[in-house]
Amino acid sequence: MLSEREREDLEREIGRYPTRQAASIDCLVELQRSRGWLSDAALADLAPLLEMSVDELDSLATFYNRLHRRPVGRHVITVCDSVSCWIMGSDALCSALQKRLGVGLGGTTPDGRFTLLPTQCLGACERAPALAVDDDQHWQLDPDQQQTLERLEELLARYA
Amino acid sequence: MHDKPLTTRIDRQRGPLDLDGYRRAGGYAALRRALKDMTPERVREAVSASKLRGRGGAGFPTGKKWSFVPQGEDASHPKYLVVNADEMEPGTFKDRLLLEGDPHQMIEAVVLSAYAIGAEVAYIFLRGEYVTAARTLKRAMDEAEAGGLLGRDILGSGFDLKLHLHMSAGRYICGEETALLSALEGGRAIPRAKPPYPQAAGLWGHPTVVNNVETLCNVPHIVMRGADWFQSLSHTDDGGSKLYGVSGRVQRPGLWELPMGTTAREIIDQHAGGMRDGLAFRGLLPGGASTGFLTAEHLDLPMDFDALADAGTRLGTGTMIVLDDHTCPVGLCLNLERFFAQESCGWCTPCRDGLPYVVHTLAAIEDGRGRPEDLDILEQHTRLLRMGNTFCAHAPGAMEPLETALKHFRDDFERHVREGRCPYRDSGGQGAGKD
Repeated sequence: MLSEREREDLEREIGRYPTRQAASIDCLVELQRSRGWLSDAALADLAPLLEMSVDELDSLATFYNRLHRRPVGRHVITVCDSVSCWIMGSDALCSALQKRLGVGLGGTTPDGRFTLLPTQCLGACERAPALAVDDDQHWQLDPDQQQTLERLEELLARYA
Repeated sequence: MHDKPLTTRIDRQRGPLDLDGYRRAGGYAALRRALKDMTPERVREAVSASKLRGRGGAGFPTGKKWSFVPQGEDASHPKYLVVNADEMEPGTFKDRLLLEGDPHQMIEAVVLSAYAIGAEVAYIFLRGEYVTAARTLKRAMDEAEAGGLLGRDILGSGFDLKLHLHMSAGRYICGEETALLSALEGGRAIPRAKPPYPQAAGLWGHPTVVNNVETLCNVPHIVMRGADWFQSLSHTDDGGSKLYGVSGRVQRPGLWELPMGTTAREIIDQHAGGMRDGLAFRGLLPGGASTGFLTAEHLDLPMDFDALADAGTRLGTGTMIVLDDHTCPVGLCLNLERFFAQESCGWCTPCRDGLPYVVHTLAAIEDGRGRPEDLDILEQHTRLLRMGNTFCAHAPGAMEPLETALKHFRDDFERHVREGRCPYRDSGGQGAGKD
């Protein structure tokens, strides 16, 4: 069931387009914002509002990179693995994070706090290597420097 | 000092100008002039005369693109203008600066360009990761609407424009203009067959123009100062200034607005401060992941559309990625091809199945399991996945760096196969990561 609040937010997205289906991606993003990830129930709640079938919606939810069809932690860490960050050591940065969090790529920490995922280019290539925690980007995390590990600790502490 | 029309009002420390500040700095004067004194046709002529070419990567003349939009009473309505702000080309970070740094310049450019082609509705298609740009744009859009610069009867001219911001849910293929339209209509971002071109039948079947952020931001300046001035900004026949960027292991990676046709040598040595200590230059991808490698012999070429096409590559987005002598070219290609394989929309077989096969082959070479014939297999794919064999430019773009790497860095590929290992990884350099 959509909450009143969700319904209101979704209708606002729908109002910006000439057809209801056109708002489907915005609505999926909005619903994910509200619920953390897109469960089968979330798609079933949304489909009638957009006058779409659940399968049609699922074809979108599984296509777009930023939509999660599996549960994620309270915070999602995405480490850029595209070319500029790779040159600057994103592999080592990613390994350091995996070790620190005790999870592999795609994994969620047992306390449900962090999910670790790779991402394509974040558009911060001059400040590589880069990662994002939720919507906040963090830059110049050079894995060869001792202070990077300290910075990562400080950074993780900011996300309860 | 050269003119920097696109970035002159940008100051990262200060933050973006608000509406009053932008106006005080000469902003919205071009829009005012166009709406008061120029017909849409005159604006289109000014843009054509400037020879502005698209800054999103393809370099198509903007005036020509606009000329295909049906005009007159019989033209189908509404017409749409779409700003392609889906900056997802790996190594590219230029539009971000324009959007975060000067949102009103973007809005003025949109209103002016919409007026020129007769669009009543505009969408900014922004990648989901650019949340700062989204916040900045939304604030500026609210200010512009309150100031009579968006919405109904703009500046009392009778021209109306509704502007919407769409945040993408993320797929590289959305940068392809017809795939972007599929996404805006609420579908999977699958490219469409052309013709019909979007100008004739785009969003919901209506005339639509899709332009890149940097391309559009030039329009107000062209309207204010004319084609001759625009041409004078450039070192070559392609008019204007260009946002050039450098990433990789140079002293000062960054982004600079420079005359079109500036050489890679000047950009790397003077602006990026040269290579990092102990590293030597080996090559560069001139404009993102889907452009072909250039090497030291190309450093003095003007970085413009025609000169780089003659050199067998493309200017692309103009934000170069530098390869140093401690980074493995095979590993770098593997990184690029993994990206392209993952981002293939899956619509056509050569791209959907060919790119993973390329990744598989490159990974074997990088891991020391390569066979001599693997190089032939890779070369074969660069031909099989060429334009004409695939539905869109995604896989052909993916083959550009690979084809040129096989040419310029052949020794590296052969050495991997011969020695059964990545020589860079074992010497402490940057090799490939996990498979």
